[in-house]
Amino acid sequence: MSFFKTAMGRGLIYQVIGHIAGMAFIFGVRFGLGLPVFERGGLVTPAAEASWVFGGVVGTLAFLKGTGVLDDWLKWWRGLSTPDHHEDKPGWQKYFNVSMDHKIIGIQYGYTSILVFILAGIFALTFRTELLTPAADILKVTGNTPSDILDFFNTMISLHGMLMIAAILLGVGAMINYLVPLLIGAQDMAFPRLNAFAYWINVPGAVLVVTALFLGGVDAGWTGYPPLSSNLAKLGFQTFFLGVYMIGFSSITGGINVIVTILRMRAKGMSLFKMPIFVWAALATAIIQFTATQLIGLSFQLVMFQRLFGMNFFNAAQGGNPVLFQHLFWFYSHPAVYVFILPGLGVIGELLPVFSRKPLFGYKFVALSSIGIALIGFFVWAHHMFTSGMASYLRVPFMYSTLLVAVPTGVKFFSWVATLWRGRISFQTPMLFVIGAITIFLLGGITGPPNGTVSTDLYLHDTYWVVGHFHATMFGGFVFPLFAAIYYWWPKMTGRQYNETLGKIHFWIMFPAFYLQSVSQMLTGLYGMRRRIGEYEVALDIQDLHILITVAGFAIALSVVIFIYNAVISLRRGEKAADNPWHSRSPEFQVASPMPVHNYDVPFEVVGEPYDYGLAGSSYIKFASTTAPAAD
Amino acid sequence: MKQIRHFLFTAIIVAVLTAGIGYWLQQVIARMPISAEASRQAVYIKSLLGQHFWAIAFLFALIVGVMVYSFIAFRQKKGELLDGDYIEGNTGLEILWTIVPLGVVIWFAFLGGQSLTFMEIQNDNPLRVNVTGRQWSWSFEYPEYGIITEELVLPEDSQTLLRLRSTDVIHSFWVPEFGPKQDLLPGGEVRELRVNPSESGEYTLACAELCGKQHALMLADVIVMPRGEFDAWVRAKIAENPCLDGDQVGCGEKLARDNGCLACHSVDGSQNVGPTWLGLFGREEALDDGTVVIADVEYIINSIREPAAQIVSGFQNVMPAAIGESLTDEDIEAIISYIETLQ
Repeated sequence: MSFFKTAMGRGLIYQVIGHIAGMAFIFGVRFGLGLPVFERGGLVTPAAEASWVFGGVVGTLAFLKGTGVLDDWLKWWRGLSTPDHHEDKPGWQKYFNVSMDHKIIGIQYGYTSILVFILAGIFALTFRTELLTPAADILKVTGNTPSDILDFFNTMISLHGMLMIAAILLGVGAMINYLVPLLIGAQDMAFPRLNAFAYWINVPGAVLVVTALFLGGVDAGWTGYPPLSSNLAKLGFQTFFLGVYMIGFSSITGGINVIVTILRMRAKGMSLFKMPIFVWAALATAIIQFTATQLIGLSFQLVMFQRLFGMNFFNAAQGGNPVLFQHLFWFYSHPAVYVFILPGLGVIGELLPVFSRKPLFGYKFVALSSIGIALIGFFVWAHHMFTSGMASYLRVPFMYSTLLVAVPTGVKFFSWVATLWRGRISFQTPMLFVIGAITIFLLGGITGPPNGTVSTDLYLHDTYWVVGHFHATMFGGFVFPLFAAIYYWWPKMTGRQYNETLGKIHFWIMFPAFYLQSVSQMLTGLYGMRRRIGEYEVALDIQDLHILITVAGFAIALSVVIFIYNAVISLRRGEKAADNPWHSRSPEFQVASPMPVHNYDVPFEVVGEPYDYGLAGSSYIKFASTTAPAAD
Repeated sequence: MKQIRHFLFTAIIVAVLTAGIGYWLQQVIARMPISAEASRQAVYIKSLLGQHFWAIAFLFALIVGVMVYSFIAFRQKKGELLDGDYIEGNTGLEILWTIVPLGVVIWFAFLGGQSLTFMEIQNDNPLRVNVTGRQWSWSFEYPEYGIITEELVLPEDSQTLLRLRSTDVIHSFWVPEFGPKQDLLPGGEVRELRVNPSESGEYTLACAELCGKQHALMLADVIVMPRGEFDAWVRAKIAENPCLDGDQVGCGEKLARDNGCLACHSVDGSQNVGPTWLGLFGREEALDDGTVVIADVEYIINSIREPAAQIVSGFQNVMPAAIGESLTDEDIEAIISYIETLQ
């Protein structure tokens, strides 16, 4: 029960209490005003909607108060001073308490990401099981009709989508927080307290999103388009929107922190074009997070206000415009996919030279292509709306801008394979995941242009083809690189080595299973399968493909179970890791495993290029004193 | 010499992969609904998709081919730890693989714009059909003939101008064999889609934008027939309007169908979103506030005019208020006459 003595346990208890208190307050106000407090149906009715929203806000604040992440700020506010550094107590509890160490925050992001990923994965397996047969008949429990099954199906796909996005944002936070200070030779992030806040705000946010499951669900997909999402019949939309709104704070505050850290805190001699390639990717990611996230927060807030206060932003009957929502929503949500993939592409660029023993081909072009993707990404959002009924002449310019994304992305692919060419390639687990990432991201990338071209998209839009396409970009751009990163930096995080055989089994199940799943998804879409349907027409003759997709989905789940088993046994009794098991030139591998508490006890200076493998006698960094010579 | 061999082998792998994947993708296209070429629009989409698929085959083969060859030719032998050749990059190559893809994507965007233009060519005097989508059914009005139907019947080889609107949430009109889709917006906004059906046959219209509980089942039959048959169908449809020749029950059935009532209320006793109409008239209904009412004329009028007022226990009020507002007293009378016959 010592979990409840940690900040996490305390915060969750505070959140529940705060939520109930907030609801009670609104109930009291409504009672005082003579408004109905409980309608027929009790707590899950439109009359209780305001209570749930206010309760959600109070609960979130109570969570933050309960954890103590606001304590230093509150003290400053009252004119009190606090120590510059808070030392963490040793032991597992530090991962569940507020810490300002970027490495611990990175790991907190990491395990939270994996937990949310597992939950969203269970939702996926649930609705994938229903799709084994054309009719809505498998998720049948006593008393529910096929219509109820379809409703539940809609909730499952919606929450699967949004929770996966939350999991990916958390995973991105894990990689960036853990790695950026290490790679640039900083002791920590520029704003450690803001960094802790950016992590902790995710937890109540994720809890709120999951709460939607018990408030009638959400049936508009993760995109939550009004007027469907502004229909008061589903209370779940409120906590869904509010939870995502809270998670958005994490991106915005995390983004500015990363930008400042990278621009101001690099080691001596590390000019921008001598930064590790992952840092470039993190910078591009942070720029998007810091400038675009506001738009999804805004679009969701407007729907919340439409529901709560009758402000008819998107109600066409009252002069509002439902297509406006889609513009606001996609102005974030398209760049957001580059938030999801750019760190992963950075990991690919970081690991390829190490396992090919050869410099990263065209470093400057690869670095600038990340920035290029991020910038072009701001001008393509309306390609999600070719069928939406927006002004039709807008479709052609957005087609041109969308296809331009292929150019910097192509530069990355060509440079990666040129890095492999005439290298000396070895195939440890991290490298296997990098290879998997490249080919799967390739699959996702090349299936993009038919969606970006208006006339073919008019057929492909909202079909399963699109589902296959973006799952390939997410697995290639995020999931496989994340696993590559976890295996590669595992020694630095834990001081232990993982089991190489289990790592390879993980890869050899997940990789073919993913191909099977993704390609089958694309095929069903081409053959006429619509997205987001719990019952499909028998006449399409696609049941065999659906069975394949579901079986592959379960295989992917199995491979993740193997990964978790591997992680657990490595933590318990894995052999002690060497300081530099991969013979990397990167600075974090020139010091002890696990990483020392304050990163580099002796500051380093950059004296060479980051990836000059094969250049005899060169090294990337040199420590200030003579204690630890930089190895090659 | 060794370099040339590397490039030669790689080129062979890439060529074989391109041919194999490209061939397979053309087989995939052949199985797609647009390969029925049931409309002029489908033909343009199919042709452009074919070109995209060749580009996909080549790019996949190129990257994977180079990777696979590198894994074979440039792998670290067991136990070795050698460095690869020291090559930092090649600015000429980088510029080449920026400029060439730039040209290719601009070319594809041009092709996309061109094919869109062809798809949207406007013919003179198209057949106008007003399509209404609602949770969760479709209806089709032929303003020139004054008929409303539940299935979409179109003449072959002439253009149809579909004028789309929704009464509640966003829906999307999609007949896979025709090719394009277009969303339906609520609030009186009308969006247009032009199709030129070119192949007689039976197709299915499906809603392609998630629209709530029964989205998956929001389907309608589409029948394309030669012009002569179509004209005959129109004449028959005009002649059979029961509301014009005093058939109260038939008129009620038609109104119930045209206004989408039957999408949620079954007439065979099966359970659906709303209470079944089979045996409704005179039945005792338990409401969710605990009271019991008898479904008489007054109750039914009330339930249509104010759907939220009395909710039958076990159901939720999802009935669009717009239905009650658009029906006249005579319309409702006819619908009740129809319900009375369902015993």
